[in-house]
Amino acid sequence: MSDLTKLKIAEARDLLAKGDLSSRELTEAHIAAVDAADSLNAYIEKTPEIALEQADAADAKIKAGDAKGMTGIPVGIKDLFATKGVHTQACSRILDGFKPEYESTVTQKLWDDGAVMLGKLNMDEFAMGSSNETSFYGPVKNPWRAEGSNSDFVPGGSSGGSVASVAGYAAMGATASDTGGSIRQPAAFTGTFGIKPTYGRCSRYGMVAFASSLDQAGTITRDVRDGAIMLESISGFDPKDSTSVDIPVPNFEAALTGDIRGMKIGIPQEYHLAGMPGEIEALWHKGIEWMKAAGAEVVDINLPHTKYALPTYYIVAPAEASSNLARYDGVRYGHRNVPDNGGLVDMYEATRADGFGDEVKRRIMIGTYVLSAGYYDAYYLKAQKVRQLISDDFKRAFEKVDAILTPTAPSAAFAFGEKSDDPLAMYLNDVFTVPASLAGLPGSSVPAGLDANGLPLGLQVLGKAWDEETVLKVSGVIEQAAAFTSQPELWWR
Amino acid sequence: MSNIDKATVAKIARLARIKIEDEKLEPLAGELNNILGWVEQLGEVNTDDIQPMSSVVDAKLRWRQDEVNDGDKADSVLKNAPDAEYGFFAVPKVIE
Repeated sequence: MSDLTKLKIAEARDLLAKGDLSSRELTEAHIAAVDAADSLNAYIEKTPEIALEQADAADAKIKAGDAKGMTGIPVGIKDLFATKGVHTQACSRILDGFKPEYESTVTQKLWDDGAVMLGKLNMDEFAMGSSNETSFYGPVKNPWRAEGSNSDFVPGGSSGGSVASVAGYAAMGATASDTGGSIRQPAAFTGTFGIKPTYGRCSRYGMVAFASSLDQAGTITRDVRDGAIMLESISGFDPKDSTSVDIPVPNFEAALTGDIRGMKIGIPQEYHLAGMPGEIEALWHKGIEWMKAAGAEVVDINLPHTKYALPTYYIVAPAEASSNLARYDGVRYGHRNVPDNGGLVDMYEATRADGFGDEVKRRIMIGTYVLSAGYYDAYYLKAQKVRQLISDDFKRAFEKVDAILTPTAPSAAFAFGEKSDDPLAMYLNDVFTVPASLAGLPGSSVPAGLDANGLPLGLQVLGKAWDEETVLKVSGVIEQAAAFTSQPELWWR
Repeated sequence: MSNIDKATVAKIARLARIKIEDEKLEPLAGELNNILGWVEQLGEVNTDDIQPMSSVVDAKLRWRQDEVNDGDKADSVLKNAPDAEYGFFAVPKVIE
């Protein structure tokens, strides 16, 4: 058989069902691909023994006629999902050596369905970053290179390892998490499909917390159908997460009818940014034409508070982070530094000083400041009010349209170091993804074309709360129309 | 509004329990002022009569029976502790 790592999840599922392929063969091919992809630095912990054991169990399951969509499928797991007995550090030094005694609900659901774990994936420390440059384990390389060039690009972030493993054929799918764009922006940078469902669709139990009112799990896959299959596996109510919502999970794959005739697609005028590269505008325009050609009606809409989404996010997210990350004190788990003759507070301060990286410290400091006495109303309360207005903008828009189409990111992948010295320039990467995160809405990024240098670009589809089906359906139509068949060259193998 | 000086950074660092070397206070003050200066554009937005968001999606928090459904896992809880003795987390001596 040809290179098994090039198979899509749906293709592998069908071969497995017919008995033309075993999960063991598929898994062995992927274990080799993971080893061959070391130079991407996507995996920070490999679990081949667990993978083979799970593969054999999956083969038995398939024989018994007990197969689900993800049975026997090798996947990578972002390092912020707790995996029992396996490295879980959100790529931070402060969780040094931490091996959870429990399993996150998202990963448990995958294992219950028979999926196979290849290892833990690199990410920005505590998911704080848009380029995977803040990881304690070093940056991830984007499998894509500019045409005729050997220089490396960032994979986006924070789910940099997730997208690099999937784009680099070292996983068939990967779990990821999105707080302000950490699934969609890296998906756009690597020509992969990323979907973040509605806040509350996936359990946050066992996910290392960054900003609890924003964090939501999701998936990275090589196409829309695979995304539908994997998302369905990890979705669903969980009594262990009080913000998980008890509503039925639809058959997401069944939503991929390709039929969007009569559907109304909104184009938010505020997303035409001054100074945005012409290529991004052109791609967006192409997307609009694809919608029309498929029989949808394109409607201009307004989301008047869009420009305030990023500043709102950079109050709310650090505030929640400063509170969530207070638990890392060197007492219960992870790194500990006790200075000579130091007391308890000295231990806290020294442990946190060398356990957290610069960006994480910066955000904890901002969060601490905006929550401190005398500033809470001016910053945090104000931001939560503007957040309500941003959410109201979407509610009003969705009275008129079924889905919203925008670019995913304001640029293609950039070079290492290009933005890491300028926090504000880095934050601007998420300008199109943050608003929907603040409103808890589902969104995807679909590979839609290449820029002049041959680097991938993505289009973002946003839907109403709980309407992932429309997001998937519209994504599928874009995928069809874009006929995106480009692949990175396998330079790392 | 935001004018964070060295002393304020030191105070925030203390509240956040992160040790920051003296020579890093000044550059950090610059960075924080940049970011906070940028977020202050929220002041332009009229939020009179707007309730701050308290729930991301329209979902009510569930009620459950007030009963014990977990526990008896002291060994698991202590398993990752940098230092544990006699079934407790161990920390440096606390002297006030």
